[in-house]
Amino acid sequence: MTDLKPRYDLAVIGAGPAGLAAATLAAKRGLSTVLLDEQAAPGGQIYRAITRSPVKNPSVLGTDYWHGADLVGPFRDSGADYLPGAAVWSVSRTLDIGLSRDGAARILPARHVILATGALERPFAVPGWTLPGVMGAGAAQILLKTSGLIASGNVVMAGSGPLLWLLAWQYLRAGARIDAILDTTPRENWRRAMPLLPAFARSGYVGKGLKLLLEVRRKVKVIGNVSALRAEGDGRVQTVVYRQGDGAEQRLPADTLLLHHGVIPNINLANAIGCAQSWDEAQRCWVPDVDGWGATSVEGVAIAGDGAGIGGALAAEHRGRLTALDALHRLGAIDRATRDRDAAPHREALDRALRGRDFLDALYRPGREFRVPADETIVCRCEEVTAGQVRDAVKLGVSGPNQTKSFLRCGMGPCQGRLCGPTVVEVIADARGVSPAEVGYYRLRPPVKPITLAELASLPKAEDEVAAVMHH
Amino acid sequence: MFQRLPDAGGERVSFTIDGRPAEALSVDSVAAALIANGVGACRTTPVSGAPRGPYCMMGVCFDCLVTIDGTGNQQGCQIRVRPGMRVETQNGKREIDR
Repeated sequence: MTDLKPRYDLAVIGAGPAGLAAATLAAKRGLSTVLLDEQAAPGGQIYRAITRSPVKNPSVLGTDYWHGADLVGPFRDSGADYLPGAAVWSVSRTLDIGLSRDGAARILPARHVILATGALERPFAVPGWTLPGVMGAGAAQILLKTSGLIASGNVVMAGSGPLLWLLAWQYLRAGARIDAILDTTPRENWRRAMPLLPAFARSGYVGKGLKLLLEVRRKVKVIGNVSALRAEGDGRVQTVVYRQGDGAEQRLPADTLLLHHGVIPNINLANAIGCAQSWDEAQRCWVPDVDGWGATSVEGVAIAGDGAGIGGALAAEHRGRLTALDALHRLGAIDRATRDRDAAPHREALDRALRGRDFLDALYRPGREFRVPADETIVCRCEEVTAGQVRDAVKLGVSGPNQTKSFLRCGMGPCQGRLCGPTVVEVIADARGVSPAEVGYYRLRPPVKPITLAELASLPKAEDEVAAVMHH
Repeated sequence: MFQRLPDAGGERVSFTIDGRPAEALSVDSVAAALIANGVGACRTTPVSGAPRGPYCMMGVCFDCLVTIDGTGNQQGCQIRVRPGMRVETQNGKREIDR
């Protein structure tokens, strides 16, 4: 890390579409910019391995994927510094960024920070989801993009949402066999989604989406109206058990079960920084509060892309550019009029990219039975806490997720609540009969990635810091 | 069970899984390399001893923790496999000296 400057005007965290676009624009217009990313190569999750995917046939991953290359080229030419393999575990109120790379920690100060931490799959807690062989559909897609690996044997996909269908389509292109897709989209969602259909019909997604859906439906057995789901097996998944509506239980042999019911913002770093957040009823998740420029409640910290609410890859790119223009303005590089003028085309493009999003949110909103799992389901994978235990804690007076930590250790394992938080919130809200807005979310604290004491101890210390510890 | 696409080429890497020789592509993460070698479960949990395998592949779930070159609790999906790497499946908690 010796080639880094001692301080940057702008630090961008995350090298997906939002981060790449933000860093490119800011650096081209003169800000000293660094892009920090946990992955070894740029692209984020959506354009994962875009510079080095071993998947040689471009039609497997599709043209939308290969668009990622259009972001990486300009970034490389932008003059921004790039630090891959860097896990950011803290951003202080003074915008000192704590990061680790290759087992060594350091603090990097910046004048402005853009978080582009993207999205993660909404946890899909069903009985048996901790068995080896059960994975997120996004995980399977990462294995395909980065390693050219596809599930073989008996493959079952289950859930709802565009990513599930996209993965199925990519799998078919790659020559994979899918035994069945268990569609958990609630029927009543159509009623809520229909009024939003006209706007969706005018979006760029509709033609592509329909074609993809029809192709998958032609080649794969799709089982709709699935109302219950669990994985069974001895040491790994062997059987998927499901029900259609009120029907009897059905069983399918499975070596791999790929689960998905939407993506939600990855808010851990923003939350730990102290950025205010609100419950988004339409997307059914907690979202950091941002203005039209991505600015958060914390001075100097902005969020671009899906980390500030799910809008998809193209929207993320445009939101990245808008936050970068605002950074230029706040740091005094451009005046307000210039910012507003230069933002206009990006705002138009953003509006176009977001058109029809409401329809997707309404149609693919996960059903209650999958957001609020039954008692025996493990919700906290790390500490192996079940939904029933969370309900029992509510009966004892637990009102929100922070108390479940002290009662149950729920959310205190290495994933730091990432895989249980959304479900715990839903379970508590349901048990109390209130909105998740009232229940709140985990109050997260740095470090948001596990670091060793040795890494912390290796940080350079100022004399007054040493004195504070040694003389008291 | 996962298999490699026939046209997925690249530099090959030799490493070991619990002492047994194994091969992967240099683009693979450790978690992907385990999956490519048919190792679906990479650890047991500290709480109940249940087997776990990679779930998210993007650094979020921490279910792919393994011991790499003697250091425990490494996120297999976040580290690329290297020639000669010694990957060990992990039982329960990280041990005190590794």
